[in-house]
Amino acid sequence: MSFATSFVRRLRRHLVVLAGLLTLGYLLLPNVIVTVFSFNDPKGRFNYEWQGFSADAWRDPCGVSGLCDSLAVSLQIAAWATLGATVLGTMTAFALARYRFRARGAVNSLIFLPMAMPEAVMAASLLTLFLNLGAELGFWTILIAHIMFCLSFVVVAVKARVLSMDPRLEEAARDLYAGPLQTFRRVTLPITAPGIAAGALLAFALSFDDFIITNFTAGSTVTFPMFVWGSAQRGTPVQINVVGTAMFAVAVLFVLAGTAVANRRRKQQA
Amino acid sequence: MTALTGAPPSPTPATPPTPAAPGKKPPRARGRLTPYWLLLPGILWLLVFFLMPMVYQASTSVQTGSLEEGYEVTWHFATYWDALSEYWPQFSRSVLYAGSATALCLLLGYPLAYLIAFRAGRWRGLILILVIAPFFTSFLIRTLAWKTILADGGPVVGALNTLHVLDVTSWLGITAGERVLATPLAVVCGLTYNFLPFMILPLYTSLERIDGRLHEAAGDLYASPFTTFRKVTLPLSMPGVVSGTLLTFIPASGDYVNADLLGSTDTRMIGNVIQTQFLRILDYPTAAALSFLLMAAILVMVSLYIRRSGTEDLV
Repeated sequence: MSFATSFVRRLRRHLVVLAGLLTLGYLLLPNVIVTVFSFNDPKGRFNYEWQGFSADAWRDPCGVSGLCDSLAVSLQIAAWATLGATVLGTMTAFALARYRFRARGAVNSLIFLPMAMPEAVMAASLLTLFLNLGAELGFWTILIAHIMFCLSFVVVAVKARVLSMDPRLEEAARDLYAGPLQTFRRVTLPITAPGIAAGALLAFALSFDDFIITNFTAGSTVTFPMFVWGSAQRGTPVQINVVGTAMFAVAVLFVLAGTAVANRRRKQQA
Repeated sequence: MTALTGAPPSPTPATPPTPAAPGKKPPRARGRLTPYWLLLPGILWLLVFFLMPMVYQASTSVQTGSLEEGYEVTWHFATYWDALSEYWPQFSRSVLYAGSATALCLLLGYPLAYLIAFRAGRWRGLILILVIAPFFTSFLIRTLAWKTILADGGPVVGALNTLHVLDVTSWLGITAGERVLATPLAVVCGLTYNFLPFMILPLYTSLERIDGRLHEAAGDLYASPFTTFRKVTLPLSMPGVVSGTLLTFIPASGDYVNADLLGSTDTRMIGNVIQTQFLRILDYPTAAALSFLLMAAILVMVSLYIRRSGTEDLV
């Protein structure tokens, strides 16, 4: 009896933890499935049912025609979109965080709206623009669109970092006769770098994974998400899961390494 | 990561929101044009590739004509009426599915955000990474994984069947017989899954800012844990709830991937219609009108939010 009541009491105390962990499980279950099914040996065209173990797909990830080409296209677009969005976004963020100017509210709204608009709406309107201008759909139209929707996210990340920076550091640099350029290069940039890096990383992830806007603006160019979408209609090769699993592993390792480096640096400074 | 939380106020309440507040000179005061030069490229990009397309789209929606003969602005507003009456089911379905997914996200996401903010201890960093990590695998691949999880005759469907859950859901009309795939339940499940991090991160940001001593104070004043939650934690986390809700509902209402991959022709949402009209049927005026209606609905929501919290907290 007392065991039962103590069990109930303990359960009640940890109910939040239990519910939270269940949600975490819900979030991670698909990744587990993707990983497990990267070792599947499907009999049919689709990779939805477990048939047997095979590491063939891991040995030959480019074995499906078009897959690695589409990966290369996606990486290329993501790299350029990250560069463009990071440069434009950082400049905008500095203007917003450091200066007073007219039409501030309008600028804030213009930066917020792309994040608040359903992708289908942005995609559809961009396509209308490109069609009206007679632009040829492909690499460049995708890149333009990606820079557009990544920009706002970079602004958010960088602006937060610039605002949290102690303004006295720059004042100190100026007091020590550093010129504006030197102050920026030696003080401002190193301190805001983590924010810029976070924005760039986010831009890369958003661009690399984008499907909806790309689908409207790609023409006949095939990015990796578009390859996956196409294969969902025709038949899903196991190699898709291999790429998905590898991406997940690389990203987690990357983040873990980043956290470790940051921790060590903090310890050294302390 | 803070960027993912989008709408919530910048996570640095300690610094003044307007750095050029009275008494504090902005650094590098030389050149009053500097902010405009800094803004120019980014804002120009957004004006040309975000705002101008919206204008083009508005004009396309009141044009008539055909692909072969070209389109002309004829102020044909009937397109809106026709689109709305023909695709009313998809519109209401979008609101219903996105609304259900948002409610589910809040219900599932709140405990996890609470866990990370208050109970995770040294595991906090790891759990946060695990919440964001799925983002790094293409969301299409992850959505396809739900086809495996919810497969007919699979363990999940089997368990739901044994527990007679499917009887109830079928009676409610959200599943069909012994199937979950290709039903509204599968679509809502996929939407909930895909947008859950957008709910968790802003919730976490606002929960994390709550001073733990407030909980102790409430406990000292004989508030039960539940009362503490209801009177202290929940009200203080409302900014996170509001922005999380917006960040989940907005993309979910325009989504067509989940409805396409996990649903059937009976679960088509407004995003599916816009996509087919634009990319397959090539009926540009109707597609533009539909997209414009969706945008208008979203804008109303966003402006209500802006009226509540001002533009400074947006970005």
